[in-house]
Amino acid sequence: MKLIISAQNSSLESQVDSRFGRSPWLLLFDTETSQWEAFQNPGVTQSGGAGVAAAQFVVDQDADVVISGDFGPNASRAFQASKTEMRLFIESTTTVQEAVDQYKNDQLSKFK
Amino acid sequence: MQIAVASGKGGTGKTTIATSLALSLASLAKVRYFDCDVEAPNGHLFLKPEFSESTPANIWIPQIQTEKCTACGRCVEVCQFHALAQVGKNILVFPQLCHGCGSCTWNCPENAIVEVPNPIGTLDRGMAMENVEFLRGQLTISEPMATPIIRRLKKLEQPSPDTIDIYDAPPGASCSVVETLRGVDFALLVTEPTPFGLHDLKQMLGILSDMNIPSGIVINRDGIGDDSLKDVLRESNIPILLRVPFDRALAENLATGRTLVEVYPNYRDILREVYQRITEIIGGKIQ
Repeated sequence: MKLIISAQNSSLESQVDSRFGRSPWLLLFDTETSQWEAFQNPGVTQSGGAGVAAAQFVVDQDADVVISGDFGPNASRAFQASKTEMRLFIESTTTVQEAVDQYKNDQLSKFK
Repeated sequence: MQIAVASGKGGTGKTTIATSLALSLASLAKVRYFDCDVEAPNGHLFLKPEFSESTPANIWIPQIQTEKCTACGRCVEVCQFHALAQVGKNILVFPQLCHGCGSCTWNCPENAIVEVPNPIGTLDRGMAMENVEFLRGQLTISEPMATPIIRRLKKLEQPSPDTIDIYDAPPGASCSVVETLRGVDFALLVTEPTPFGLHDLKQMLGILSDMNIPSGIVINRDGIGDDSLKDVLRESNIPILLRVPFDRALAENLATGRTLVEVYPNYRDILREVYQRITEIIGGKIQ
C-alpha cells in the first residue's frame, strides 16, 4: 500500500503539513517494504491550481492513500476520479511517522 | 485618452473620484466610465445609468471528446493553470481554474477538444447622462477569476482620441488591477494619509513604474492620519494633483448615493483642472 503524506519537511520525523496543495513536501511511504521517499510538492510553486497540480502528482505516483489536513474541491474531485483514498490527520498527529502508524492502526478519519 | 483610477487600499475614494471625474469631463468630450471592480462594482450607485444592454461574459473552456481522446496527456502538460488533470484514461476539466487561453485545444494532436462557453459574469452598458456612457463588468458570485471579465469589459470599446475613458480599478495590487491598468495613458492614484493607504500606495507606485505608466496622486481625507505620506511623496517625484479634505458632511452625502460634484459643484472646475494637468504630464512625457 502506497501512502502519500503532506509534510513541512523531507523526512519521516518532519511535522505534517495540514495543507495539501501548498505543503512544501509530499512523502511517499510504502507499507509493505517500509521504504519511503520525499518529493517537493509541485503545487507549492503554482500561482493557482495548486491542489490539482499536487493531486496530479499523487495520481501519477499510483498512491493508494493520500493523507493531509484537508482537501479542496478540485483535489478531492481528482482523487474521487482516481479512487485514491483520502484520509485526514487527527489532533494528535505531529510527524509523518506518526501519521503512517495511525493509518496502519486505522485511527485516521476518511475525508468525505 | 485612457485614465485609470486606482489606489491599492480599498475605500480610499476611487469611485468617489472616478464618478465625479466622469461627470466633470462630460462638458469637454464624450466620456466612457468603465467599472472594472467586477467583484463588487458600485459606480452605478452614483452615476445611476439606464442599462440598455447586458451580455454574458464567457470563458471558452475545453470539452474532451472522449471518442477521439487517446489520453496522451498533452493537454494536461501544456495547461499553465492546472485546469486539466489526467486520471487513467480520463481527462478531468476544472472550469473554475480555466483562463480560456486555448492552449489545450491548440496542442491536442487528435483534435479531441472542443470549446464550450462557460459564463462567469455579465457585461452591462447604458447611458448615465448625455455624453457619459457607463460600462460595467460583474463577476458571478463564487466565480474566482476577475481578470477575464475585465479584459472583455475593456474590449467592448476601442480607445479613441476624442473620447475620455475612465477605468475605475478594483482595490488591491494584484492581477485584476494590472489588467485594468494595461494600456492606459495615465493612472490617478487615490490615497489617504494613513499607514495603510501609504503601504498600498507604495505597491501601486512599484507596479506603475514596472508598467511605465505615468501617475499622479489624489490625497483623499486630507488632514487625518500622519505625515509619512508627505515624506514618501517628496522622494518619489509623483505630483499631487488634488487634495480632498476630510469632511463628515461629504461622507454622509456619499453614503446616500450623491457624488462629490453634486455635493460640492466647485469640484467640477477643480477636476477639469486635474484633467488639464494630466494632459500636460502625458504631453510632456511624449516629447
